[in-house]
Amino acid sequence: MLANFGYGAIVLAFFVSLYGVFAAIYGVRKNRAAWVESARTAMLLIFPLLTLSALSIVVLLVTGHYEVQYVYNVTSSAMPVYLKITALWGGQAGSLIFWSWTMSAFATAVTLRNWDRDREFLPWVIVVSLITLAFFLGLSIFVENPFERIWITPEGRQVVSMLPPAGSILATVRDGRGLNPLLRHPGMIIHPPMLYLGFVSFVIPYAFAIAALVTGRSDDRWIRLTRRWSLVAWLFLSLGLLLGSRWAYDVLGWGGYWAWDPVEIAAFMPWLTGTAFMHSVMIQEKRGLFKRWNMVLIILTYSLVMVGTFLTRSGVLSSVHAFAQSAIGPLFFVFIGLTLAGSLGLLLWRWNDLRSEGEMHSLLSREALFLLNNLLFMGILIVCFWGVFFPLISELFTGQKVTVGPPFYERATAPLFGGLLLLMGIAPLSAWGHSTVKTLGKAVWKPALGAVAALVAAYIFGVRLPAALIGFFAVALVIFVTLYEYIRGVSARRRRSGESYPVALMRLAARNRRRYGGYIIHLGVVLMALGIIGIELFQTETQGTLARGQSLELDGYTVRYDSLAIFDVQDGRNVARAEVTVFKDGRNLGTLAPRRDYYYDSGQPMTIPGVRSTMSEDLYVLLVDWQPVSEQGATFKVYHNPLINWLWVGGFVFIFGMLVAAWPDREPAPSVQRAKVRAGTQASRA
Amino acid sequence: MKLNRMIRPTSTRFFLAGLLFLLALTAVTFQPASAQAPTPSDDEVNAIAKHLYCPVCENTPLDVCPTVACAQWRQQIRDLLMEGRTEQEIRDYFVARYGDRVLAEPPRYGFNWLVYVLPPVLFLAGAFVVYRVLRGSYRPVQQVEAPPPPPDDDPYLKRLEEELRRREQEGQ
Amino acid sequence: MDQTVEAAAQQTSRRLPTWAMVLAFTLLVAFLGLVYFGLRNSMAGPLSIGQPAPKFTLQTFDGQVVDVRDLEGKIILVNFWASWCKPCEDEAAALEEAWRRYQADGDVVFLGVDYVDTESEARAYLEKFNITYPNGPDLKSSISDLYNISGVPETYIIGPDGTLKYAKKGPFLSINEIIMVVDGLRQGNTGAGS
Repeated sequence: MLANFGYGAIVLAFFVSLYGVFAAIYGVRKNRAAWVESARTAMLLIFPLLTLSALSIVVLLVTGHYEVQYVYNVTSSAMPVYLKITALWGGQAGSLIFWSWTMSAFATAVTLRNWDRDREFLPWVIVVSLITLAFFLGLSIFVENPFERIWITPEGRQVVSMLPPAGSILATVRDGRGLNPLLRHPGMIIHPPMLYLGFVSFVIPYAFAIAALVTGRSDDRWIRLTRRWSLVAWLFLSLGLLLGSRWAYDVLGWGGYWAWDPVEIAAFMPWLTGTAFMHSVMIQEKRGLFKRWNMVLIILTYSLVMVGTFLTRSGVLSSVHAFAQSAIGPLFFVFIGLTLAGSLGLLLWRWNDLRSEGEMHSLLSREALFLLNNLLFMGILIVCFWGVFFPLISELFTGQKVTVGPPFYERATAPLFGGLLLLMGIAPLSAWGHSTVKTLGKAVWKPALGAVAALVAAYIFGVRLPAALIGFFAVALVIFVTLYEYIRGVSARRRRSGESYPVALMRLAARNRRRYGGYIIHLGVVLMALGIIGIELFQTETQGTLARGQSLELDGYTVRYDSLAIFDVQDGRNVARAEVTVFKDGRNLGTLAPRRDYYYDSGQPMTIPGVRSTMSEDLYVLLVDWQPVSEQGATFKVYHNPLINWLWVGGFVFIFGMLVAAWPDREPAPSVQRAKVRAGTQASRA
Repeated sequence: MKLNRMIRPTSTRFFLAGLLFLLALTAVTFQPASAQAPTPSDDEVNAIAKHLYCPVCENTPLDVCPTVACAQWRQQIRDLLMEGRTEQEIRDYFVARYGDRVLAEPPRYGFNWLVYVLPPVLFLAGAFVVYRVLRGSYRPVQQVEAPPPPPDDDPYLKRLEEELRRREQEGQ
Repeated sequence: MDQTVEAAAQQTSRRLPTWAMVLAFTLLVAFLGLVYFGLRNSMAGPLSIGQPAPKFTLQTFDGQVVDVRDLEGKIILVNFWASWCKPCEDEAAALEEAWRRYQADGDVVFLGVDYVDTESEARAYLEKFNITYPNGPDLKSSISDLYNISGVPETYIIGPDGTLKYAKKGPFLSINEIIMVVDGLRQGNTGAGS
């Protein structure tokens, strides 16, 4: 019953989207505002419909209707309720609905804004959003329907379908198979929705860009309108990637946070173009340059989102992350082909209208440095793209299967990331329009001095690796430049208006939140860089099989094996839990409990590390193996991960900066209220 | 995360060199007695396994892969180490049996060169474009000495621009 | 990349040259072609019953070379297995028992193809289950790729005419299951795949 209802809601939403596309185009062609208005109403209708549909799935999941195939696949009665709810995005069919639902939420939010100034964009934004939405709904309806049920035919065969085959009855299924254990981690519960939100919200700036191309508006209005959308999209995408790394660190049990897995890279590529876009739109806003390039970037971002989703879900790339094989591939392929060709055609058609209005005046101006920044981001993108697709190319042309693994990506991207770090240090000090070596040098020498001091300090403390020294220098430079910029701004304000330091700081940030939020984001990035340098360049590891009471040594740490217990847990797990005691220089630092969970229903093992985490380093202990009978001997792997915690700290700073930059405010400024909101944000930072 | 490999393998190679030397000595003085070589430690095995990928669990390096198949591969590495094979020989052994895909990177020959050559070439092409853009629009400045602000008809942009200039001046 | 060349470089009102447009679309088509190839690969299902079975040679652990082409006219059972595969152990005894039943007649051949395995473990496995029919490693997984296997164990039976008659994913549950299919083929019936 409920399944039929939920299915009906998607079907209805699908037709409403098709109608909206038609009405918007018809309204524009016949120049009838009423039709466009009708399309807008259609867009508003989809969100409630999909909400009902998603709620139906959630109810089915929570109440354990295992005769519904999707419910059977992703839940079991042993699972707690919150996992049953989040199983909505635990499998292909449900996550597609979840994706459409968030997409419709964003589309609704866009529709509700005030369109008076930008009437001509409205129909095309509707068309692009609704075509995308209709496509995903089509996938749900025709290929991956979460409401399909298991029926028993009169001959006793099991059939999975939406409508019952003649004479058949609904199967009675007592229990489901349960969610993939890898996905039962808090990080994994929020990681996918964040990524989806990031993916989905990039559709909005893309829709505006296409609207600008179709209508031939060559100014930067589309960029101004979608500035906040892009920031929000970027925020969610970054958050999704960060949570994914944290999840990998906590759950996957290989001592790292990023494996250069094809699916990880598929999510990383839109982030790269998105980040380049965030920077280069500023050039267009301030200087009227690079209109074409910004179009290219946003089209690339949208395409990479679609291609990434396609690769992950169709099984084209093999990966630990990949969904089970699915039949959505061909439809998805056609959709990607059409959108790519359509976008490219539109762009080329409008090519001449998108001329730059300004000129570059200086090789050291902010816009020139931003251009360099874009070049580096594109460099990383090319490496990633090529690395992901090369195995396919190799198989196509030579029949050889090859692996393109971390060494390739690390070698190729490390210098590019280093260049980005250095740019991050210099660019904020250069001026728009005109900058010379002299002005830039005058601005940069003080922070640079600080960075050199940090470099010397690092050397004295025994850091000898050139890569690490360069990295630390760049990190220090960015930190000093950022602080310097804040101090410069605050003292200027103080001199002029006599405000106290905290007030000056708040007002300064409030005056140009994008800029000062951006600096906080930079700060977050370099703190993350610190963590990455630490684990990439200084990680050490050792492994050994120990009898009880024996210990492993690593970088001054001693890990002693105390005991091992193997037991069953209520939720269908068999747990092997070891206890080890950690010593450093003879001092007892406490016990850790690395364990191996084995899930009976899926037959999947999970290695959960025992981690002793401090700001300077993590000690990460894995239980690799043990002798099941005697429980006497066990094999442990110990990683020493210096500075890794700064990656997560940097992540928090990064997100805070993003919130500062993206926090919504009204364009005509009611000053009192704004100050209050900012005060709140600033206070939470302290 | 895996750059310490750069350190570790060298120490392994060093160890192996020593081991080989010992083996060579024993071979000369006594009968070949490789069975008496010390059992290689887990770390030595892992240092090699890190660079290998088992086709059963794609994209997971062999040293951290939890499957039985991978455990057998690690045992194989240990056996080969005990026979006194070098890291390169062990890699070749796996490539011969399981194909190029066991390596972390495509081996550098023939068609595979593309994977290494194309990104730098494209990057250089991009750098050239950036250079041309910078040069191309740098010239006009010399013709028009003082850079005029770009013409804006959008009042909002104008206001922003002005705010920005003010702040820039404030700062200095 | 090339669009950007033009985007950035041409501040003048010159039109985008045709070659750039052609190049842009060519790259797009090439990319789509590549993705299509990947998609076709990933969607390629199991081999279908009735099609000519892929031919291969197998170098056995004893050093013999078995060429499927030389075995035309016989019924060939090809079993993919690995020593690390638990379900494979369930059917190992049944397969060997079935082999001994047909061995003397000479019109049925069993071949074991060892998928991604280490030699010592594989030999130990063969010894443990006392397997006597020819077994060999699948070097570079080439045979597994030909048959597009999705895991181990998987079994294919090739008829005397060289076409695929039967395919099974997962282990045989009993010797009877094997005998039913093979006997059916010997009597000229074509068994149905499951």
